[in-house]
Amino acid sequence: MPEFWINMGPQHPMTHGLWNMKVKVDGETVVDAKPEIGYLHRGYEKIMEVREFQKNVVLTDRLCYVSSITWSHAYCLAVEKMMGIETPERGQWIRVISLELQRIASHLMWLASYGPDLGLLTGLLWSLRERELFLDLIQLMSGARMNQNYPRVGGVRNDLPENFEAMCKRSIAHFREKLENEYTQIFHESKIFRMRTEGVGTISAADAINWGVTGPNLRACGVNVDLRRLDPYETYEEVDFEPQVWHDGGAGDSYARFVCRFNELEQSCQIILQALEKMPKTGPYRVKNPRRAEGDGYAKTEDSRGEALFYVIGDGDDRPYRVKIRSPVFSTMAATPMLLRGNKLADVVSILGSVDVCVGEMDK
Amino acid sequence: MSAPLIPNLFDVCKVLVGAIVGIVQQILYGLAGPVPPLRGLGDFLGSDPIVTLLTWFIVVTVIVLWVTVINLFTVMWVERKLYSRLQDRYGIMISVWSLPFWPFNRMRRPTHKGTGYLQNLADGVKLIQKENITPRNADSAMFHISPILIASSTLMVFAVLPWSSGFYVANLELGILFILAAFSLAPLGILISGWAANNKYTLVGGLRAAAMLLSYSIPMILAVIALVVFTGTLDPVRLVQQQDRPLVLAGVALPIPAWNAFGPQFLGFLIFSIAMIAEMERVPFDIPEAEAELVEGWTTEYSGMRFGIVFAFKWLRLLAASALISILYLGGWSGPVFATAYVGSFAVPILPEEFWFLLRVYALSAFFVWLSWSVPRVRIDQILNIGWKRLIPYSLLAILVAAGFRAIG
Repeated sequence: MPEFWINMGPQHPMTHGLWNMKVKVDGETVVDAKPEIGYLHRGYEKIMEVREFQKNVVLTDRLCYVSSITWSHAYCLAVEKMMGIETPERGQWIRVISLELQRIASHLMWLASYGPDLGLLTGLLWSLRERELFLDLIQLMSGARMNQNYPRVGGVRNDLPENFEAMCKRSIAHFREKLENEYTQIFHESKIFRMRTEGVGTISAADAINWGVTGPNLRACGVNVDLRRLDPYETYEEVDFEPQVWHDGGAGDSYARFVCRFNELEQSCQIILQALEKMPKTGPYRVKNPRRAEGDGYAKTEDSRGEALFYVIGDGDDRPYRVKIRSPVFSTMAATPMLLRGNKLADVVSILGSVDVCVGEMDK
Repeated sequence: MSAPLIPNLFDVCKVLVGAIVGIVQQILYGLAGPVPPLRGLGDFLGSDPIVTLLTWFIVVTVIVLWVTVINLFTVMWVERKLYSRLQDRYGIMISVWSLPFWPFNRMRRPTHKGTGYLQNLADGVKLIQKENITPRNADSAMFHISPILIASSTLMVFAVLPWSSGFYVANLELGILFILAAFSLAPLGILISGWAANNKYTLVGGLRAAAMLLSYSIPMILAVIALVVFTGTLDPVRLVQQQDRPLVLAGVALPIPAWNAFGPQFLGFLIFSIAMIAEMERVPFDIPEAEAELVEGWTTEYSGMRFGIVFAFKWLRLLAASALISILYLGGWSGPVFATAYVGSFAVPILPEEFWFLLRVYALSAFFVWLSWSVPRVRIDQILNIGWKRLIPYSLLAILVAAGFRAIG
């Protein structure tokens, strides 16, 4: 059979969002791949130049629709640095809690989409079931399940609701039980799951760094880079957690990426519990911020998918002069042809599922 | 004392047809006064060859309705309800309570109270209403023929498959061979439809079906050969009769039945079951229509009821495969209890053979459903590896074991 191109997208069950992966196959083997992105380009960096600093939080929420809080938080952090203000301590702790809740929800969405990528539809339903727990917590905290608009320049929008601590602990206890039993059984301990993931989509640590791969995908290659540890923002330096790095052999394959992400769920639960203990029980959660600012601010955060970077320049007006967004998925996407080459057609889906693509932030 | 509910399907139908033909004959004789040729027509209708021919039509209709209306809908319901519960959700809910003609207020009885048995009927009605689209560049004739080929070849299995010692259309000496031959025709239809639809996804799906056919059909046939070497028959009814006795181990009769799966054929049973999962196109071996990478595989371009046919045929194959496994390895319709009630001098079985057979068929179907919704899908090269490097050597070993037991006696 001659080689031919197969379009995987823009309308295809494999794509978690609107993009196109062109795959050149020789029989079943992938010989070349070409990601086509831009279907969802909304011109964020330009739109943000005509809106006020405070109003841009709403926009940054929509960068990634499964991980809204982490993105609006990164933007707020950059603006705060530019304005030279600092969030009060309780506000910082609330931000840590909201970020980790959002990270769990985002990783569960990834897990939910990874199941059907491998043909395991039960994984989808189970992960979405547990995601509801965390969406409920986020809803309690911010009032919305999606596009929460919760972080503010100089803090968060509102204080934690009553009884939030107890509800959080209850949900996390329930979730941890599921994590140890059901999920482990259906994913890790399944022989077919291991067959499908081990040794496919391998990328070396050097290649990953050269291509700009960050986050769990880089940690799966054995590189210990976690901005929550290396360059702590908010109050991450006070919490005790273990960045999930793959230390064993076979680094950089789909299974390593799966394990790193999967273990981060547990780590995020630990961070939330510690934050609930350590945060001051009362106090301000937001400071007043100036409407106009001059200078530049630069924030690097550990998003669910990698390193999210915001660079904001103000020229003394109430709107940013220039905003630059660095999306982790955008850089990872450039490396995907290398991940795919030489693998089978069926693995295109499982590899792209394991790197966790979110088109909203990729196309900006 | 085992007894089938239907002593012999053909005889029962022949009595029925004979009665109806007799009534028609009497009417024709009554009209023969003014119109004399009708007497000859009545004699012709009442003659044995014509009654036999009509009986065959009725027998085939009965078995097709029994399979497609009763069992197909039930097995669809079992699968959809069972995997929904596995996934912690209600699943299908349209039931008889959802129908519009009930006198009470339907708002008080919302549809989710239902068990969902009529959901598949509703889906079928919906599919019939839909447009049947043919892709512009498709080979229209082959594109439209292949669903019929696939569905009819699977229905052919039920021409020979017995549901009890009396409930079958035909009983062939080489019945198992016929069933396996009919069973293996469908991948050909899949290949044809994949090629004819002129779509890259369907083409890859069809070629995958062809590649898979070789890797699992050979071990399946080899496992059956081992069974034939061991039992010496290909007649399904005789196969079941052979298993309907207690297992004798070292001269001691054990309180478990002598099913083939419990004996030296255990390896063959495992190989046959695994090959059957591939034959049914179920997860983990449903790679011809891997919906993750190939959209819907070879069924991508089908729409309307043609999609319904190619979708429902998998459940027909699930039924056929479960029935086949239970006949070959799990004792068919033999059961521990056969209660019989006497109405006058007429024996009516309360727990007939059909009951035990359907019990096995649905237990096996539920097992396959459970299995296929708890594991991911394997890759094409992995299934070829499993087929050629594991299943074929092991099935050859099963033949060796069977031949050894046969030689010892």
